Amino acid sequence: MAEPVLAADGTPLKASLKRALRRQKMRALLLIAPLLLFIMLTFIIPIGQMLFRSIENQIVSDTIPRTVAALDSWDHDADEVPPAPVFEALAKDMMIAAELKEHTRLGSRLNYEMSGISSLFRKSGRRVDDIGEVYTDQFTDLDPAWEDPATWVQLLAAPSWIAAGDAWDGSGAEPAFEISNDATTQFPETADIYADFARVIQTEDNDSPTEEEPWNVVYLALYNDLMANPGATAPAELAGLIDTTRSALPGFEVEDVKASFEDIDDDWISADVWETIYTYSPAYTNGYFLNAIDLQKTPDGIEWQPENEQIYLTLFWRTMLMSLTITFSCILLGYPVAWMLANLPSRKANLLMILVLLPFWTSLLVRTSAWKVLLQNQGVINDLLVWFGFVADDNRLALINNATGTIIAMTHILLPFMILPLYSVMQTIPPSYLRAAKSLGATNWTAFWRVYFPQSVPGIGAGSILVFILAIGYYITPEIVGGTKGVFISNRIAYHISSSLNWGLAAALGAILLAIVLALYWAYDRIVGIDNVKLGG
Amino acid sequence: MSLPIYATTGQKIWYYTFRVIVGLILFFLIAPIIIIIPLSFNAENFFTFTPKMLALDPEGYSLKHYRDFFTNPDWIRPLKNSLIIAPFATILSVSLGTLAAIGLSQSHVPFRRGIMAILISPMIVPLIISATGMFFFYSQMGLWMEETFGISKSLSGYIKVILAHAALGIPFVIITVTATLVGFDQSLTRAAANMGATPTVTFFRVQMPLILPGVISGGLFAFITSFDEVVVVLFVGAAAQKTLPWQMFTGLREQISPTILAVATVLVGISILLLTTVELLRRRSERLRGMSPS
Repeated sequence: MAEPVLAADGTPLKASLKRALRRQKMRALLLIAPLLLFIMLTFIIPIGQMLFRSIENQIVSDTIPRTVAALDSWDHDADEVPPAPVFEALAKDMMIAAELKEHTRLGSRLNYEMSGISSLFRKSGRRVDDIGEVYTDQFTDLDPAWEDPATWVQLLAAPSWIAAGDAWDGSGAEPAFEISNDATTQFPETADIYADFARVIQTEDNDSPTEEEPWNVVYLALYNDLMANPGATAPAELAGLIDTTRSALPGFEVEDVKASFEDIDDDWISADVWETIYTYSPAYTNGYFLNAIDLQKTPDGIEWQPENEQIYLTLFWRTMLMSLTITFSCILLGYPVAWMLANLPSRKANLLMILVLLPFWTSLLVRTSAWKVLLQNQGVINDLLVWFGFVADDNRLALINNATGTIIAMTHILLPFMILPLYSVMQTIPPSYLRAAKSLGATNWTAFWRVYFPQSVPGIGAGSILVFILAIGYYITPEIVGGTKGVFISNRIAYHISSSLNWGLAAALGAILLAIVLALYWAYDRIVGIDNVKLGG
Repeated sequence: MSLPIYATTGQKIWYYTFRVIVGLILFFLIAPIIIIIPLSFNAENFFTFTPKMLALDPEGYSLKHYRDFFTNPDWIRPLKNSLIIAPFATILSVSLGTLAAIGLSQSHVPFRRGIMAILISPMIVPLIISATGMFFFYSQMGLWMEETFGISKSLSGYIKVILAHAALGIPFVIITVTATLVGFDQSLTRAAANMGATPTVTFFRVQMPLILPGVISGGLFAFITSFDEVVVVLFVGAAAQKTLPWQMFTGLREQISPTILAVATVLVGISILLLTTVELLRRRSERLRGMSPS
């Protein structure tokens, strides 16, 4: 066996080379790392977050968790309003949400799925604090001790929290409220809602549960607890109070929470509202994606949106169709120019190239403003047409605020992106091929169509994909010259972000558009190669 | 493709028709940009040529729209913002982008394709989608910056827009600099190292001067990307960060004022300047490359 070849320092050459290679790789990665991190943080994560937002739907279960849990046992197929416990859960959730001012956000979220819910939630948020008042009155009439916040603290707070509260010197925030373990086992419902009450009082109002009388729904919860668990025991000091209250309970007037909600708004007795809440209660939903393609989620499964609300498929289709039209016009206009550029002597070609590159370098807003000015009803183009007598003065062409305007302006804006790749492909086609074809007897047309054109197809492919990718994501130009009939899906995304605030739907539409673009880009990579992207010729 | 002397009449007709067609297309490309220049000197608040202008009457022309541009705070403020945001974004993307491009052009880079795809992605993803993603993320980031570092809302607004624009400019820097590095002779750095230069000295004295044209034109691309960008700034920025394109966009969408044509003319002038610079740099780079065997 041969001895292993050694490097100068005595280590085997193989290991030494490996180490050098590893070091080289490390150095390359270290140079790339800062930028990679930067792009990850400023670009990739935001896009990822947007994709997540298109399925995320935690707002329902976060805002009304008790209601969502109670709805689990509801038979949603029966087309009935849920049973009373669901309404009691809703009263509690709504009370907390109203105090935190979160109910309106949930209302707007559900309003995307069923109009009218937003005002229903707003209205209910205002009046929900009355629910359970019947119990509050009866408890306090029975014994004024129930009116004293200290009673409640004694009954429900953890001894450690009371001790911490005593030790607290009044500066900074009060120690966060803790519920006692005994209360959780003896009065589960009360402990649950009281803990939230104390949290809201401390965080929202900067107040202390020791000084605030609980909400009406807390009394309701205690009533339920005492009825459900007659043997519940309280701390020794309150045993007497609990006993007298318990014995008085059977004579209490009972509030029908369902009726109270009906009193606030009849819609609460509509099964449709509840079905919407139930359908959108999971933390993740495909609802936004379904909406983005004109479908909707109902308790009975997936259905088409009502005919007059189906807009997105049409919009996607129109975006595709207009982008194709723009791409095709670009091929039509770009091909002769590229051919001319490729076949002129380089000095002349460079001069003409400037005419192509100047628009490429000119601000998009400048070109869009130019078209807005030119295409107007009283603009230069219409003036010229009238002057030449092609159209009558009172019958000027509508060139703007419609699809025509978008197509003209965008063809102009994207034309350089077609000419440049076409030109770079055509430059590589030797002119002698055409001459050879002609010398073999081909007519001009045959020589072009059978010999030249097939060789320029890669250029057409590259330019078309580039123009198409750029076109379907355009926002500015359609927004300004497109009116209502010439807008793209991007304009709808922008509308949902800034006007309707339906961010989930905007994210879903964006995700679909992104998928289309990435698929096209993958095709571009296969045809042209990612490394062959060139700028400015 | 000059016309041979034996060309038939049909060929002659086609030859000239074709030239006319190409001329018309080039006219279509350039005319909208050229036509706004005389229109911007209109003495009236119209968007078309007045009879006085057509008669070349000096009274038909005036500089009033330019005066408005340079005195009206509605335009001065955005101009300043653009001139603050674009240079910072450019510096950020050029410095990070050049380093990464040098790393990428080494011979052994693991996951090269994947890394390249990620770095180029801001150019591929449609702006509206980048803007949507950034809208959600950057608003949280702004709040976080204000709380953690105690900076003002306006400063955090500028930082957000600069970061966003830097991300959008990076692909252009990467592409132009890697293209320049393809022709870079790696043995030059080895020779420098051989003669005792440290890596830093090699970078600044040997490599940098040679790839400088690529770096500068990448920087110009990044600058124009930021200077011209409106969708992302519209979503990420607040009114305090309103840039020139944003103001133009609002003007075009709501109430179009003829000042916009003066602004556009100034911007066309800037584009011509940039185009010339890039073109000169490209020629210089080709000359330099011709000198070093690749």
